[in-house]
Amino acid sequence: MKKKISNNMITYGMILLFYVIMQVMISTGSISSLLQGLLVPLCMYAIAAVSLNLVVGFSGELSLGQAGFMCVGAYASAFFTKLTEETLPEGPRFLIAILIGAVVAAIFGFLIGIPVLRLRGDYLAIVTLAFGEIIKNLVSVFHVGVDKSGIHFSVKDAASLNLDEEGRVLIDGPLGITGTPKNANFTIGIILLFLTVFIVLNLVNSRSGRAITAIRDNRIAAESIGLNVTKYKLMAFVISTALAGVAGVLYSHNLSTLNVKFFNYNTSILILVFVVLGGIGNVKGSIIAAILLTALPELLRELQDYRMLIYAILLIGMMLFNWAPSAIAFRERVKDKFKSNKKEAA
Amino acid sequence: MKNLKKVLALLFVAVLLVSTVAGCGKKEDSDNGGSGSSSDESVFKIGGIGPLTGEAAVYGVAVKNGAELAVKEINEAGGIDGVPIEFKMEDDVHDAEKSVNAYNTLKDWGMQMVMGTVTSDPCIAVQSEAANDNIFLLTPSGTAVDAIKGPNAFRVCFSDPDQGTKSAEFIADHDLGKKIAVIYDSSITYSKGIYDNFVKEAKNQGLEIVSAEAYTTDSNKDFKVQLQKAKDSNADLLFLPIYYQEASLILKQADAMGYAPKVFGCDGLDGILNFDAEGTEGVMLLTPFVANADDELTKHFVESYKSSYKETPIQFAADAYDAIYAIKAAAEDAKITPDMSASDISDKMQASMLNIEVEGLTGTIQWKEDGEPNKEPKAVIIEDGEYQSLD
Repeated sequence: MKKKISNNMITYGMILLFYVIMQVMISTGSISSLLQGLLVPLCMYAIAAVSLNLVVGFSGELSLGQAGFMCVGAYASAFFTKLTEETLPEGPRFLIAILIGAVVAAIFGFLIGIPVLRLRGDYLAIVTLAFGEIIKNLVSVFHVGVDKSGIHFSVKDAASLNLDEEGRVLIDGPLGITGTPKNANFTIGIILLFLTVFIVLNLVNSRSGRAITAIRDNRIAAESIGLNVTKYKLMAFVISTALAGVAGVLYSHNLSTLNVKFFNYNTSILILVFVVLGGIGNVKGSIIAAILLTALPELLRELQDYRMLIYAILLIGMMLFNWAPSAIAFRERVKDKFKSNKKEAA
Repeated sequence: MKNLKKVLALLFVAVLLVSTVAGCGKKEDSDNGGSGSSSDESVFKIGGIGPLTGEAAVYGVAVKNGAELAVKEINEAGGIDGVPIEFKMEDDVHDAEKSVNAYNTLKDWGMQMVMGTVTSDPCIAVQSEAANDNIFLLTPSGTAVDAIKGPNAFRVCFSDPDQGTKSAEFIADHDLGKKIAVIYDSSITYSKGIYDNFVKEAKNQGLEIVSAEAYTTDSNKDFKVQLQKAKDSNADLLFLPIYYQEASLILKQADAMGYAPKVFGCDGLDGILNFDAEGTEGVMLLTPFVANADDELTKHFVESYKSSYKETPIQFAADAYDAIYAIKAAAEDAKITPDMSASDISDKMQASMLNIEVEGLTGTIQWKEDGEPNKEPKAVIIEDGEYQSLD
């Protein structure tokens, strides 16, 4: 029990340390523009990875639709921000946008979770993948505009919205939403990451969390002692989608262009890679892997055309180092040696 | 004791990490995150951003080659008022987020002006960053309207809406047909932008749209339904504001069903001859650049491009070439010097862009206050497997 708590403290401390180091570097001006520009995406990917880890690691279900839920959160919040751009002050507006992103993504997660969570394993993976694509395609036909007489909606094209002279097109079908103000910053990103980790760790260490992991480990045994399997699975799934929605909010409020192209299955797989590399069921690992794998291709820019090749090779190398049985055994040996050396020294 | 050692080791690692990362930032520019301000070397640093890898790499590489060629020529001729240009292109894989990363990387390098980005979506994201930092941006080929929203941003090519409008004008002026059928891709900015404005302008020009059929990128292989509808509507002309891959399929499928309409397209069809020339005879397209034109400038450009890169330049290379010469002309007009901050350069360049006139490969270009170019559209017809001017 104690070990668990101290392990959680390390996770929080790590985030805090990362924040403090970056802030010091920003205030002393020793940070590069590249790294400074990467800070919000780093938080975004870390949140997405932690949220997916809740489903993959603790609930034991393979979900490949995380990008779809990020898409929902991104669109819902950016739409709200654009709609109230002139009426609400920036601070509260962004706060509400975050909540809207989380809630709308959670609603979608709930609706999709009801049928989908009846499946298991590979079947669930394929269906979530399909839902991610459905969401993407659905969002890309929406045209929404606003003028004095209210909100106009069309699935055909922007011209059929029939806006008046001062009307603005907010969502322009496949072109998405452009000109979202850049409200996200590093501090907000870190706060959201902190909250995400807090929610996930507390859930996992709670009564419900133990029920969720019990269902993962042995569904029949869990059912036999009276656990409501659907309820707990759905709980993990919905919380995960809500957090993915938050990651989407960060994405849409960091770039001034938003369209569905980004939220394809490649992004879902990328987030899954973070989770797998960091360790399934390991929150700290997810964060580190997300940060490492997002920053790596950018820091490799010096290598020009060989960049993605080297990135792929490094990825394979890291996976092997982390998860190959012989590599694990090797690490254990080194650790033991280190420990015994220390004992002798002490 | 044991713990202390652990803590010390951790601290040591942390310090190492920070110093390496911090080192990255210090390398090029010691000034607050390197927002491109005052570098003491006496060169103009122009940064290029575009997809050098991935699905859109053809465009990015063409822009890189075209720009490098122009930079080489200018430097050999003495640079901008005696100051040489340094050009560096970063890859963005046609992704908005990566594009901003590329932009920040170039800022660390000390970039003073942006020549990019090549594709529309990334350009929207980068121009908003550049507008915040007030760095001058000239995109060779970003066609979306919002790609040059800020006062610091200009472009060489026609915007999507402009292409739609110019196409309608051209068809009406040259009396190519009255009843028009359109097949377009509703899922991409380029095609839809052209279509929307083509419809608007067609009304003014007295053209009648008798059939407008859309497809999406997910269903871009079988066009028989759309072609049948176009055929049934008795259109004089088939308008294809799409890319050449799909257009090539459409032309072949039309041929197979015995339908031989007059076809008019936009610059997206440029490249169809290298891709698959079958069935393209008689196709007309609006393109700003024809590689076999016989004016001196084009001849010279095509020749040196071929000798450097072993291929015939496409329109994107010509756009980039013009972009670099436009930057040169504006920089000379503004009398900027490399020791000015990027923001001051941007202010002066904005004003000067309105004064200059560039005799480029893609026409004689002047710029309007909103950053749009003002030039004559050029159209060609494919005869005997080659472009012929259609004026």
